[in-house]
Amino acid sequence: MLSLGSVGAKSTKPSFVSYVTPEEIKLEKEPPKIEKHPDLLPGEVEFCCANPILKYTQDDMSQRGIFGTLFCTNFRVTFISDEKSQEETTKTFKNKLYGENDIPLMCVDHIYGVYDEKKKLITGGLVKNKYPSKMIIHCKDLRVFQFCLTFTKEEDAKKIFQGIAHHCLEERSLKCVFAFSYSGTPKMQRKCIILDKMQRKWETILFDSPEDWTQEMKRTRANCRLVTENENFELSQRLPKYFVIPSALGDLFSYQGKGFPIWCWSHHSGCALFKASLPPVTQEDGDFQKHLDIMLNAVAHNYLYSAKTEDLSESLPTIQDIQQSYNKFKQFFLIENSTDFWLSDVKWFSSLESSGWLDIIRQCLQKAVEVVECLEKDNTNVLITEEEGTDLCCVISSLVQIMLDPYYRTLMGFQSLVQKEWVAGCHAFLDRCNHLHQKDKECHSPVFLLFLECVWQLVQQHSPAFQFSETYLTVLSDSVDVPVFSTFLFNSAHHRESVMKAESPLAQSSPLSCPTVWDWSVQFDSKAQNFFFNPLYSEKVKHEKAVRKAHKPKHQRQLSLPSTAFKPPSKKGFFKDETDSLKKILRVKRLSRWMGSPDSPAATTRGFYESWKQRPLDYHGLLLPCLDGPAVRVWMQRYLRWIPEVHIMGGGSVAVMTKLMELLSQVQDLKRVLEQRDSSQAVKLDHRPYIQHRLLSFGSSGRLSSSFPFAYSRNRSFKPIIPTGLMQSLMVTDSLASQEDEASSFVSLV
Amino acid sequence: MEKSGSVDSVESLCSSTTTRSDRSSGTRVSDTELRSKGRAIEKVLQCKYTSKGELPLLPEELVQDSAKDVTYICPFVGPVRGSLTVTNYRLFFRCTDREPVFGLDLPLGVLSRVEKIGAATSRGDVSYGLACKDMRNLRFVHKEPEDSLKKSVFEVLMKFAFPVSNNMSLFAFEYKQVFPENGWRVYDPLAEYKRQGLPKESWRISKVNDHYELCDSYPAALVVPVTITDEELRRISSFRAKGRIPVLSWIHPESQAAVVRASQPMVGQNGRRCKEDEKLLQAIMDANAQSHKIFIFDARPSVNAAANKMKGGGYESEDAYQNAELVFLDIHNIHVMRESQRKLKEVVYPNIEDSHWLSNLESTHWLEHIKLILAGALRIADKVESGKTSVVVHCSDGWDRTPQLTSLALIMLDSHYRTIRGFQILLEKEWLSFGHRFQQRVGHGDKNHTDADRSPIFLQFIDCVWQMTRQFPAAFEFNEYFLITILDQLYSCLFGTFLCNSEQQRLKEEVPKHTVSLWSFVNSQLEEFVNPLYVHYPSHVLFPTVGIRHLQLWVTYYIRWNPRMRPQEPVHQRYKELLAKRAELQKRVEELQREAANRTASSSSERAGSPTRSITPVQTFV
Repeated sequence: MLSLGSVGAKSTKPSFVSYVTPEEIKLEKEPPKIEKHPDLLPGEVEFCCANPILKYTQDDMSQRGIFGTLFCTNFRVTFISDEKSQEETTKTFKNKLYGENDIPLMCVDHIYGVYDEKKKLITGGLVKNKYPSKMIIHCKDLRVFQFCLTFTKEEDAKKIFQGIAHHCLEERSLKCVFAFSYSGTPKMQRKCIILDKMQRKWETILFDSPEDWTQEMKRTRANCRLVTENENFELSQRLPKYFVIPSALGDLFSYQGKGFPIWCWSHHSGCALFKASLPPVTQEDGDFQKHLDIMLNAVAHNYLYSAKTEDLSESLPTIQDIQQSYNKFKQFFLIENSTDFWLSDVKWFSSLESSGWLDIIRQCLQKAVEVVECLEKDNTNVLITEEEGTDLCCVISSLVQIMLDPYYRTLMGFQSLVQKEWVAGCHAFLDRCNHLHQKDKECHSPVFLLFLECVWQLVQQHSPAFQFSETYLTVLSDSVDVPVFSTFLFNSAHHRESVMKAESPLAQSSPLSCPTVWDWSVQFDSKAQNFFFNPLYSEKVKHEKAVRKAHKPKHQRQLSLPSTAFKPPSKKGFFKDETDSLKKILRVKRLSRWMGSPDSPAATTRGFYESWKQRPLDYHGLLLPCLDGPAVRVWMQRYLRWIPEVHIMGGGSVAVMTKLMELLSQVQDLKRVLEQRDSSQAVKLDHRPYIQHRLLSFGSSGRLSSSFPFAYSRNRSFKPIIPTGLMQSLMVTDSLASQEDEASSFVSLV
Repeated sequence: MEKSGSVDSVESLCSSTTTRSDRSSGTRVSDTELRSKGRAIEKVLQCKYTSKGELPLLPEELVQDSAKDVTYICPFVGPVRGSLTVTNYRLFFRCTDREPVFGLDLPLGVLSRVEKIGAATSRGDVSYGLACKDMRNLRFVHKEPEDSLKKSVFEVLMKFAFPVSNNMSLFAFEYKQVFPENGWRVYDPLAEYKRQGLPKESWRISKVNDHYELCDSYPAALVVPVTITDEELRRISSFRAKGRIPVLSWIHPESQAAVVRASQPMVGQNGRRCKEDEKLLQAIMDANAQSHKIFIFDARPSVNAAANKMKGGGYESEDAYQNAELVFLDIHNIHVMRESQRKLKEVVYPNIEDSHWLSNLESTHWLEHIKLILAGALRIADKVESGKTSVVVHCSDGWDRTPQLTSLALIMLDSHYRTIRGFQILLEKEWLSFGHRFQQRVGHGDKNHTDADRSPIFLQFIDCVWQMTRQFPAAFEFNEYFLITILDQLYSCLFGTFLCNSEQQRLKEEVPKHTVSLWSFVNSQLEEFVNPLYVHYPSHVLFPTVGIRHLQLWVTYYIRWNPRMRPQEPVHQRYKELLAKRAELQKRVEELQREAANRTASSSSERAGSPTRSITPVQTFV
């Protein structure tokens, strides 16, 4: 049966009650006034403004631009054009929180000032006296803004420049982040609480309650133990409130401060993946070695007494490497003018390679495949470790789960995975993303983005296996830097809880409640959310669930026994008796597998990948990425969307998506007609909300550019290298629908 | 000399077919039917094993020799033992000891070189390396035959792989398959000119080259400005290299801006002039009332164009040609391109060095050349469309870079050339009738693999088209398989389409009479080549992005022999499934409707507007 991916998910969506009142999000439709002000969000406060400011049009080499007013608020830097903008109103994919001329303060990456033709990076100290003639803002979502300050009054220019520099660059405290003033208003609090309750009913599992974990263990048929002793963070402030450990592990308080294996996921064979924060294994400390052995034994005890362990900090780049590489990489996309663009185009491939970013992505995917091989092929328990246990461990464990478990390839599953491994898993988002502009550079690193990059590689290679689209991933990567959500704002569960309690406006009654990023209606209306779904997703056919169950008969376990030396644990006493010999063998296993491979890690998994490729492709089974050079690509949508030189007018993947979505909606319509026809014997016809279920119809795809749905192209002047002047002929198109065969005629009637 | 590292091989098309069918038969049973239809395409020309493992031959294809116990050294799976068969058309290797069945099946035309590697070893093994035109190398090892008088299978192979060098005819002249459609009729110059509205007030169709006397590499029908007489054309022909005078390729239906192609003017070091040629260019400009300017695009780098003056050639001086603006497009010559292709082959075959893939790719300059060609075509198209200005395009002889540029610009400008038949017409017109030297550039049946006239000019053009199809996935009626088929058949020598160097030669050799056209084959199973995403926008002009960030290496062509790089199920597959699903649902709706209509009609007659077939289902129920 051919199934229609996005339909099912969409129909379960409750109609959203917007807590941003229509007046609040209404755009400047009134006749142009002399004094324009931004429409402030709840809790947003205007700091300073300046007029007239010239905003250079990015896609133009000349010094032309639009005049307007530049504002700085506690949420964003915003530019409001003096001219009336039509574009904002026609956008189909509009972010409700910030528009195309808004830069959330958290999203500012660097500010440059142009002083006498010289471009200088603005740091805290440089702000005092002089202000630059031109201010260039590089955003974390790779937008580039250029403002000319010379047309406005000197004091205004100084004020706005210093204001922006201060609010964007200076180190500040967490409580100054906009999320708290936004959610802090009593009105928003009530809404957030209602939303929070609503959300829990139907979507993302947040993994902040024992039930969530129990449920997850049940789903994966895990045989582990839920730990509730850390409810008040007595065990550790770096650990989640609730987590799961191997059932063989004894009293946790005796291991306090040493780190122990935390369960991530169980394979259907029974073996499982664990992660732990452990210092490097090389330590010659006897105590530590003993501790390690106990941990490993506990892991091994989970299934068949086999375990492999891997220190990720040894085999993968450090978080500083990742940071450095990404800093180089992103420069290629922060293009300020056409000349730069064409210059960098020449050495594009070698610069790309020298940044090493794609190679880091490859290494992470490679490592994940190695772990998958252990779980899937050898049915061995795996323990991945790293000093903190919350960076690369999160990357690898999440990737492994996506490759092995189709549930995590659905939108809700993916979000739950991010909650489980990253948010509840205590990834230090606040430090890694440097939301507070701390000076300490050591702890910044785009680890989460790296994970999204890896997922994108999987999505582009196996598109039908994923319910979500690349647009979803791009939006998610942007949302990290939108200071409205609580999701990416903290360093750990303990951190979150203590801050939320402290910031609560309703005194001691209950902690502050912020919307999570998963509540997409905060940012996008339901129509725009359609872009999150992949029209190519091939939804799971119902009966396959039974197949998977049948896949796990007991005898299979016997077949996959790595060695006959072990017997399945039948008695409790068994473990104790065999511990010594077991330890010995384990050590051997561990050494043989992981230490031997660094020379040619690719070679070992190559065979695994090839034998997987031989098998019939099952989008709901194991999924492995191809890691050969040409297969690892640049995430074009995320990185090229703002560069006008690479916009393909009337082309790009949006052309395919448009066509697919259109076709999908036709199939849905027909299905519906059939259903209704079947039930038409009944007198009353079922008038279900028909239009709501229809996917977007774009009107004419001819006018969309490849950067859709992000940047919108406008008429541009002729450029000698890339002539583009044909907007007219591209604009004049018949609607897509009328080009279609008979089927479209009825679609238009609906 | 064969370098040990680059000796390689191929995964056969047969084996790829088996793997893929395995795949789809697996999980989604209900889809198998749909998919097998999509796969039928692969069966068409590639030989498939019959149930007994026999080799089904094409008409007039004869087995020439075969050898058992030959080892094929596959760079991907290691040595494979099997039997080798050579016919007058193909090489066929079948492995005997491996599951799933593994085989190689390639037309001999694809071979550019066959040579023995090293001397016979002590064990009596002889090794052969086969270099192919389609980005792969094969290596075989077999035992020296005991009977030293008997020819080895490779000597037989050598003979049939290079029939031209052995005074034999190409297999195309023997292949007598009959197809429902005759592809030789696809292109009728007068009909194509008529489609463009020619002749019209300022343009006429001249018969001056009817017998190829004016220019033997040009077609018989030429479109020139009415104000230029045949006599003047003759005089111009002595001023343009190889007599290739400026003639019209395409005219804009609205602005009347024309794309004109030519070869370089024979200016020489003394700055020769030809007043008829100047008059001709003036007449071209005058034919377009919208613009008082004409652009001359010289495809070469300016240095090379200047160097050509030493050999009597050169470029138009702006003194002699008033109102003309000369632009150099910096596209390199055939030798640079050949070298680039050689490097590319080294980088992609057999193994890819993952960690240096990007810099290796950059070092081949392949995509840079593609970028320059596309950028040149883009500038031409922009001048014609946005500037409403006529353009003259030439390189040195006007048969390599010039057709690359004109045909790409035409694809951008005219949606007709983005259809399957329109593209065939474009190839027949810009490439074949205007004398791109296919025989020389490809070296059909010629063993002289070091021939400096060989160059992947046409391959580059197809690559550029592919880049455009990637950027505009819904703008082309044909799919990727169509482009790959054209390239495969370019080398195979199964069809007569790409034989010879010019229209005149093809007529002289009676190619249309004695061979089958590739388009006969293609147009007899069009559905295999259709892009299901195609939307026909008649008025759309496509301006591709030529930044290297948006150019990709054509992995599914250049790296298709690497089993690891085989594509996953393409988007198109899913799209075809949806189309089928829609058709099925629609059929059911109609059936039910008819049923309902019958019932209503029989039970009561009060309902007006009795449903006919044409009524839309939605109206009835919503």
